[in-house]
Amino acid sequence: MRSVHALAAAALLLLPAYDLASAGEPKQGGILRMYHRDSPGSASIHEGATYSINIPFMPVFNNLVMFKQDVPQNSVESIVPDLAESWAWSGDNKKLTFKLRQGVKWHDGKPFTSADVKCTFDMLMGKSQQKFRQNPRKSWYDQVSEVTVNGDYEASFALKRPQPALLSLLASGYTPVYPCHVSPAEMRTKPIGTGPFKFVEFKANESIKLTKNPDYWKKGLPHLDGIEFTIIPNRSTAILGFVSNKFDMTFPTEVSIPLLKEVKSQAPNAVCVVEPINVSTNIIVNSSSPPFDSLDIRRALALALDRQAFIQIMFEGQADVGGTMLPAPGGLWAMPKEMLESIPGYGPDVNANREEARKLMQKAGYGPDKRLAVKISTRNIPIYRDPAVILIDQLKSIYIDGELDVVDTAQWFPKVARKDYSLGLNLTGNAVDDPDQSFYENYSCGSERNYTNYCNKEIEKLFDQQSAETDKEKRKKLVWEIDKKLQEDVARPIIFHGRAGTCWHPYVKGVTVMVNSSYNGYRYEDVWMDK
Amino acid sequence: MFAYIVRRLALMLVTLFGISIIIFVLLRVVPGNIVDILFDAAGFVDPTDKANLEKELGLDLPIYQQYLSWIGGLLHGDLGYSYVSEKPALQEILPRIPITAKLAGLALLFSTSIGIPLGVLSAVHQGSRLDYTLRVVSLSGLSLPSFWLGLLVLMAAVSLFGHMPIYNPNPATWIEAFAIYAVPAMAVGFRSAALTMRITRSSMLEILRQDFIRTARAKGASEASVNYRHALKNAILPVITVIGIEAAFLIGGLIVTETVFNIPGVARFLVEALRWRDYPIVQNLVMLIAVVVVVTNFTVDMLYAAIDPRIRYGD
Repeated sequence: MRSVHALAAAALLLLPAYDLASAGEPKQGGILRMYHRDSPGSASIHEGATYSINIPFMPVFNNLVMFKQDVPQNSVESIVPDLAESWAWSGDNKKLTFKLRQGVKWHDGKPFTSADVKCTFDMLMGKSQQKFRQNPRKSWYDQVSEVTVNGDYEASFALKRPQPALLSLLASGYTPVYPCHVSPAEMRTKPIGTGPFKFVEFKANESIKLTKNPDYWKKGLPHLDGIEFTIIPNRSTAILGFVSNKFDMTFPTEVSIPLLKEVKSQAPNAVCVVEPINVSTNIIVNSSSPPFDSLDIRRALALALDRQAFIQIMFEGQADVGGTMLPAPGGLWAMPKEMLESIPGYGPDVNANREEARKLMQKAGYGPDKRLAVKISTRNIPIYRDPAVILIDQLKSIYIDGELDVVDTAQWFPKVARKDYSLGLNLTGNAVDDPDQSFYENYSCGSERNYTNYCNKEIEKLFDQQSAETDKEKRKKLVWEIDKKLQEDVARPIIFHGRAGTCWHPYVKGVTVMVNSSYNGYRYEDVWMDK
Repeated sequence: MFAYIVRRLALMLVTLFGISIIIFVLLRVVPGNIVDILFDAAGFVDPTDKANLEKELGLDLPIYQQYLSWIGGLLHGDLGYSYVSEKPALQEILPRIPITAKLAGLALLFSTSIGIPLGVLSAVHQGSRLDYTLRVVSLSGLSLPSFWLGLLVLMAAVSLFGHMPIYNPNPATWIEAFAIYAVPAMAVGFRSAALTMRITRSSMLEILRQDFIRTARAKGASEASVNYRHALKNAILPVITVIGIEAAFLIGGLIVTETVFNIPGVARFLVEALRWRDYPIVQNLVMLIAVVVVVTNFTVDMLYAAIDPRIRYGD
């Protein structure tokens, strides 16, 4: 099985090489026109938690390190230097030191130094005078005790314990380095970075414009003169805009499978790819109050799921079944198939699973004459609502009568935080395909995003153990064990991992759509247009 | 007449004051505010950060203080700051007004220039094939939702011409400049045109049966003179009333049309601001729309007297 995964990974790594070889020598110039699915709340990547911000503003910045932009699968092996020329772990793996690039300038002409690195991460850790209005990824740096500098061009991260995943977190599109001399408020409206493109303007609900940074420290890059995003919330209008050549590219991973057919029929030459987005659709169960405080009922719930039916209806078969971690071959940490199928509810015989579920329901006092009525809460957005409707239908087979409770977006997380729900249908996105990000955020005791308040001290120890493990293979086995246990505990039953499409016209070259994250591949410095 | 105008102006002020209170309270009755929306994107709510942000935006103040602060600012021309873009609300709203005004103006022009003549034709040729055809067209105009019609127009443009007339701030040619407003104006004005046509037709039919029309014909007046000088002049009052109402109703239609044609006007901005619970933008935009509606109604009332000398507003 492992060799199959290795082969798939090798094939993925070879893809960009083929693309570049077939594309020829990059041409300079041109404005890449793209539509944007909505108007982002601000331009500050650190204060956002949606790729609506990453996609237009990642090209403005650099990280210390980044995932190589032409390699579709993010992994430690695909991390390359960015503002850091090199990095080194200390012998005890508790200190990560970066040698920084010299001669790099911010877009306003000021020099980039180690002070900027310290400022950024102190602010992310909540240690600086200046504060972000929101700091959604503060927990990523829980193991960092301090960031120190040595001169203008060296910065070190001191850790409380070894955490090899830190490097991957620093390579995410969510982790740009901000300038010390620009306030968080200014970064929300007029971001200044060191990246290949400079910010020109952001007109809410209208457009976002970036222009080439002629002084970019990577000589010869970027190839494009600029990027323009036209904000078009209406999907039909946006797709029509793409097929009529008003746009060179669709908004990444925003073309649904049914729409993809439409695009291909109207623009047969368009290049379209469908990739996993590392967003799972899952069920959140309020286990603190009846009836779901009963483990039997929770298990029955997990056994009732016909995951292939969800995938067939919503994605015409193009989505994946898995545990918490993104399934292979895109995902790096997925359980082997045989291990996954040994988990109750994941076996291929849906009828047998449901028979077992009905027995559990009867044991808990429910049956054909005494059905359990529950409200299934979800956000009033199609990607939440549609699977919730299918879920209601499937639960009927185990004596559960669900009623759809659609919740306004503004009220969804406050409602979940109040535990004002019995069953909920939720989507969980992972910015980095790494267990640290997924486990600590969603399943750790006391985590803000652990909506179900699942807390298992035994598993918590395993979280720390895998997090500190520097041997990748050993870590992988630990991760599988944890993931299996999370599914068996019905901590947050995963229904499926979605996929989505991205299209561009054939003259757009150098686009790579990441296969295990939809947050990290938007630097666009390698993109060019053959026209 | 003067006293009547003063009374109407005073009533307008009272109406606007009432609207300001209603919109202010309603916005705060709706669950969730900008802070909830921001945290929604983050996937969790941090109570400390939330409290800090509410304080920064003044949302922690008692509601009457928030109202007084807004209305006081409004009277001094200070519309406050957008919660989302953190720019002055005036700076956000002003550039969008001409876009929506052009679109609404063109839509009204389309609806009246199409609706009235066709309504007259339909009435004059009552029972003919032309009448039946026009009645079917007008019925379809009332039945087709403008978002659907808009999408249909876009799809047709893409499939026939390979071009899509959505908004472009820098049109290359005057044809494109005209198309980016005219096409959506027709899509949104189609419904109004249909309504205007039906009202014109029924009003004309009533007038055409009156004695003074027969007298005009007996005096040897031409058909055109009878239809347009005698009949339409007397039939126009209900049409003006409908156009006045439609002008206000148009804002609702524009929300959909601006979204489908991706026009960055006031109506679409209002919907987005509502989604973000951007109170300063929503409150000020609703007040702007209220002023437009109230002034339109006032203008229509004044037009009655100008068009029909028999109407006099008593002191």
